[in-house]
Amino acid sequence: MPALRVRALEKRYGRTEALAGVDVEVGDGELFGLLGPNGAGKSTLVKIACGLVRPTRGDAEICGVPAGSAGARRSLGYLAELFRFPGWASADEVLSLHQRLSGSSGGAVEREELLELVGLAYARNIRVEAMSKGMQQRLGIAQALVGFPPLLLLDEPTSALDPAGRRTVRKLLEELRGRGISVLLNSHLLSEIELVCDRVAILRDGRVVAAGAPDELARPRGVEIETDDGLVHFDGGREDAARAVAELVAAGRKVYRVDVRRSTLEEIYLEAVGE
Amino acid sequence: MTAVLVIAGYGLREALRRRVFAVVVVLTTAFLVLFWLGTHYLFDHLNNVSPPSGEIDSRTLVGATVLGLAMFATLFLGVVLAIFLTLGVVRGDAERGLLQPLVVRPVGRTTLLGARFLGAVAVCVPYVAFVYAAAVAITDVNGSWTPDRIVLPGVELAAGVSVIAAISLLGSIFLTPTANGIAVFMVFGAGLIAGLLGQIGHALNSHTLERIATFTAWAAPFEALYEDALHGITVNTGGFTRVALSLGPFGGARVAGPFLGLWVAAFLLLCGTIAALAFARSDL
Repeated sequence: MPALRVRALEKRYGRTEALAGVDVEVGDGELFGLLGPNGAGKSTLVKIACGLVRPTRGDAEICGVPAGSAGARRSLGYLAELFRFPGWASADEVLSLHQRLSGSSGGAVEREELLELVGLAYARNIRVEAMSKGMQQRLGIAQALVGFPPLLLLDEPTSALDPAGRRTVRKLLEELRGRGISVLLNSHLLSEIELVCDRVAILRDGRVVAAGAPDELARPRGVEIETDDGLVHFDGGREDAARAVAELVAAGRKVYRVDVRRSTLEEIYLEAVGE
Repeated sequence: MTAVLVIAGYGLREALRRRVFAVVVVLTTAFLVLFWLGTHYLFDHLNNVSPPSGEIDSRTLVGATVLGLAMFATLFLGVVLAIFLTLGVVRGDAERGLLQPLVVRPVGRTTLLGARFLGAVAVCVPYVAFVYAAAVAITDVNGSWTPDRIVLPGVELAAGVSVIAAISLLGSIFLTPTANGIAVFMVFGAGLIAGLLGQIGHALNSHTLERIATFTAWAAPFEALYEDALHGITVNTGGFTRVALSLGPFGGARVAGPFLGLWVAAFLLLCGTIAALAFARSDL
């Protein structure tokens, strides 16, 4: 049973069509990236999945139960794009509140583990109002992980983080994959998605315009060979590289470097969204 | 039940740590000090007044009048507190991003609303009870006068503030905090105007005005509760003292009858039901 299954999902806000029949499935322990320009419907999809927004048509299921139901909410952790915790609460108090609301019995041990995971072990008793934006973002991720639910929905989890913070989150996501936790990651940072996600879906105008593993989506961009006469470009893919090198050597060229080029996720994305 | 207590406790802690609570504490202290001074000098001067013997009980007239005014101040301060604690519970907290992390937890939106209402009531009711009890005690100490009924008027004031909290919580689903605050204060003002209208209607012997006033006071029953509470503190007072009292702020005192409690319970239930249905359909 997939952690998240979305079928023919539609959402209208008045005359605006935010989602126009989206199908997405996130498997167990899978890291799934959701990409798309602003207004493509990514956040709406995530909000429907966690029950904050009601779909106009279609359905969404979390671990086999309808999204928005108590059962579905018990199976997910959510980090909103824009969120805030009460300034008067310490990191420990925020996690404790969410443990009690989610029915987690992890207690202090779980809270310590969560703070350790997001690199906030030192900030246990620091109040939210005294935390930097990056620290609050990390605390938000820790909050989403309370009870270690089978599905994590992260909406722009690294938007307020510096490069070191982003690396911490990447490592964390890989660790979560190791624990069998599924993650739906909604981010504008393509390089980040490319580095960690098993599969991606690209949304445009509320529709999925491309989906699959980054490697599957990538197309051959030719073979680039550095010779004593400069760079030589051949059309074709990996299988054509040996022939191209042989031809150059036969023509008396010295070959220094061979680069089999494939499109990056950024190129795939820009093609898919038509820019 | 655990979730209700957790969220109510969260609301309570948030309320106690907000700056508005400190402002209310300062205002309340200032009010009680001024009330103590006022009653002290009033009753002091009363010893020099010689009303027509047997026609008017000047101590009751002064005591009931100042306590009536204190009850209005208590209601007003309680209403300010109730509104500030509830005006942004849904749209305000959603806009600030405080609500979403709570709503996605498996507690249910109705539970969340109910718990936030209980949290607000848990602050407002003890507050109103304290200010009312302090006003009664100050009147007794300075003027040796106690109201005919002591407990019921206090309970009615607290219930009136709870009604306002429910209206404000309901409004918070549809309106932004500023708009909601303004709207609920206007509803509160409309209730008070209804009381004055009733007084004018009574003086002019206009049954239409009186009916409008009664309808308005019951439509938002905090006013009917306040009028009944006012009536309660001089329930056993009669004769010319009663007439003299009705010329002052006590003109608005009215007996509500046995159905007020039932109507208040039904009103709270109605507010809760509409709020739960509207919140369940809200996109956050």
